[in-house]
Amino acid sequence: MTATLTKPPTEDSPSRHTTRARGTSLKLQQRYGYLFIAVPLLLFLVFAVIPVVMALVMSFTDYSVIGTTTWVGGANFAALIDDPYFWLSLKNTAIYTALFVPLGLTVALGTALIINRRIRAVKLFRTFFYIPVVCSSVAAATIWYWLLNPDFGLINIALGWIGIDGPAWLYSSRWAMVAIVIMSAWATFGTNMMIFLGGLQGISRDLLEAARIDGANVLQRFWHVTIPQLQRTMFLVTTLLIIGAFQVFDQAFVLTKGGPGNSTLTLVYYIYNEGFGRLRMGYASSMSFVLFLIIIVFSLVNARITNKAQD
Amino acid sequence: MTMNTTMKRRVLGDVAWYAAVIAISLVTVLPLVWTLLTSFKPAGEILSGGMDFLPRTWTFDNYVTVWQSVPFGRYFLNSTILALAGVVCNVFLGSLAGYAFAKLKFRGAKAFFAMLLASMMVPSIVTMIPTFLVLRKFPLVGGNSILGEGGSGFINSYMAVILPGAVGAFAIFMMKQFFETIPDSYAEAARLDGASEFRIFTRIYLPLAKPGMAVLAILTFQSGWNNFMWPLIVLSDPKMMTVQVGLASFMNDYETDYGPLMAGTVISMIPVLVVFLVCQRYIIEGVSHVGNK
Repeated sequence: MTATLTKPPTEDSPSRHTTRARGTSLKLQQRYGYLFIAVPLLLFLVFAVIPVVMALVMSFTDYSVIGTTTWVGGANFAALIDDPYFWLSLKNTAIYTALFVPLGLTVALGTALIINRRIRAVKLFRTFFYIPVVCSSVAAATIWYWLLNPDFGLINIALGWIGIDGPAWLYSSRWAMVAIVIMSAWATFGTNMMIFLGGLQGISRDLLEAARIDGANVLQRFWHVTIPQLQRTMFLVTTLLIIGAFQVFDQAFVLTKGGPGNSTLTLVYYIYNEGFGRLRMGYASSMSFVLFLIIIVFSLVNARITNKAQD
Repeated sequence: MTMNTTMKRRVLGDVAWYAAVIAISLVTVLPLVWTLLTSFKPAGEILSGGMDFLPRTWTFDNYVTVWQSVPFGRYFLNSTILALAGVVCNVFLGSLAGYAFAKLKFRGAKAFFAMLLASMMVPSIVTMIPTFLVLRKFPLVGGNSILGEGGSGFINSYMAVILPGAVGAFAIFMMKQFFETIPDSYAEAARLDGASEFRIFTRIYLPLAKPGMAVLAILTFQSGWNNFMWPLIVLSDPKMMTVQVGLASFMNDYETDYGPLMAGTVISMIPVLVVFLVCQRYIIEGVSHVGNK
């Protein structure tokens, strides 16, 4: 409403004003710019920049809340190499990522392609597809804890109908991580589906129509028109998936406590245990930086692959 | 003939499409329905192994058990306060900074903004330990001396969640994107009329940004309500626990009591589910909009 009160925008009006007026306007803008970002920037400084620097410094010390703190140089990082739990949690996190990223990507893209139609029913089904996203990670975990019950859970009952004797899922060191991957994909694909849908709707219809007239079939159009056009969206989604996957914690914490037999002990879970459980905050910080490095490397590799595909 | 076959193909395609979307909907919705129905079943029926979908006898006992055995009301209050405070702070501060980055020219703007974006790459666990210490050693708060010793600082207070989450890089990013869709010419015209920068922001751009603010508010509420790891770390006092932390610890204590556990899950989801069903158009458009940028 207020907008209608303002003057209609004019493109050529500034000519009657001197450059001096412009200069003061720019100075004012500068001042207000700093004023507007002052509080956000201060918070960002205190709760993002300073903590990263602190974490980096701490990772070279044996800080543990109580007792004296000494500079240990690279000792924490050296200790990591001999820490079997570090390697185990790294392996578990790698397994989770290797399963979750492709699964999450395929499900999100697949459902987006299905739902990308111009008919009325789409709205209803789009809502149904999206609804698991509303669940918190804890709620999704409690729901799946019940679904995955080996004897009375819906999943093993359903598997029984088609003659499959379902595994013990969360009670099996072989299947627990798989169960967490499936649960996570169920709980989060809706967001990425919507991002893909936004990308799909940005593809020009003429392009697809032209390909169709040229005799390209559905698969060819998907592979040679849709996928190249989705490159940017694909990059965004895979980056989000990779960053998220390496930080998996909630599901493992709630569902399995890292078990059985440490088969779902993830890197962030181990860092949490060391830092907040055993208060070995220096050691935990050094591990968190290794995780940071891993995420950067994988994001860069991902950017490389997406760029190559674009050429 | 050809007409007939194309018709047939179209019908067949439609049938296949409906079959696919119904199957997927079953996978996404059925677990929630089953959770809801389980929460109304008596314990004996849940573990009888029977595959009755609907409860044979409907009972509210599970809800009573949850409400009596843990202070769920208190958890609800805590989560509500934290989620709403997160919404207010993020929408206000996100709009301020987003507007500045989108519409005001000032030195260093690009560098600051790049830094914000880069911070999204930092895994949250990296900053969690130092942030915990910053909050704990905050001077003159929670029994702390001016040197930050002696007390517990902001730990176990609402501020421990509100302050670090007051303005996310995502909020600034989203509002910047939104303000960029509003033409610059409004501000130029108003400046010529002698309007102050603050007035231009509050009277012209802020009202136009309402749809963007609504989407940000909804998304922030959801993520605030569903937040788990950070409240788990900084709010360990049972009186300060959030719904999510309470539900997780409830699951530990009542491992095989599926009835009360499902009842607790249902209760924990009500606020976000209501917000989603009422505002789903904004949420869905907002999410796909972010992807389009």
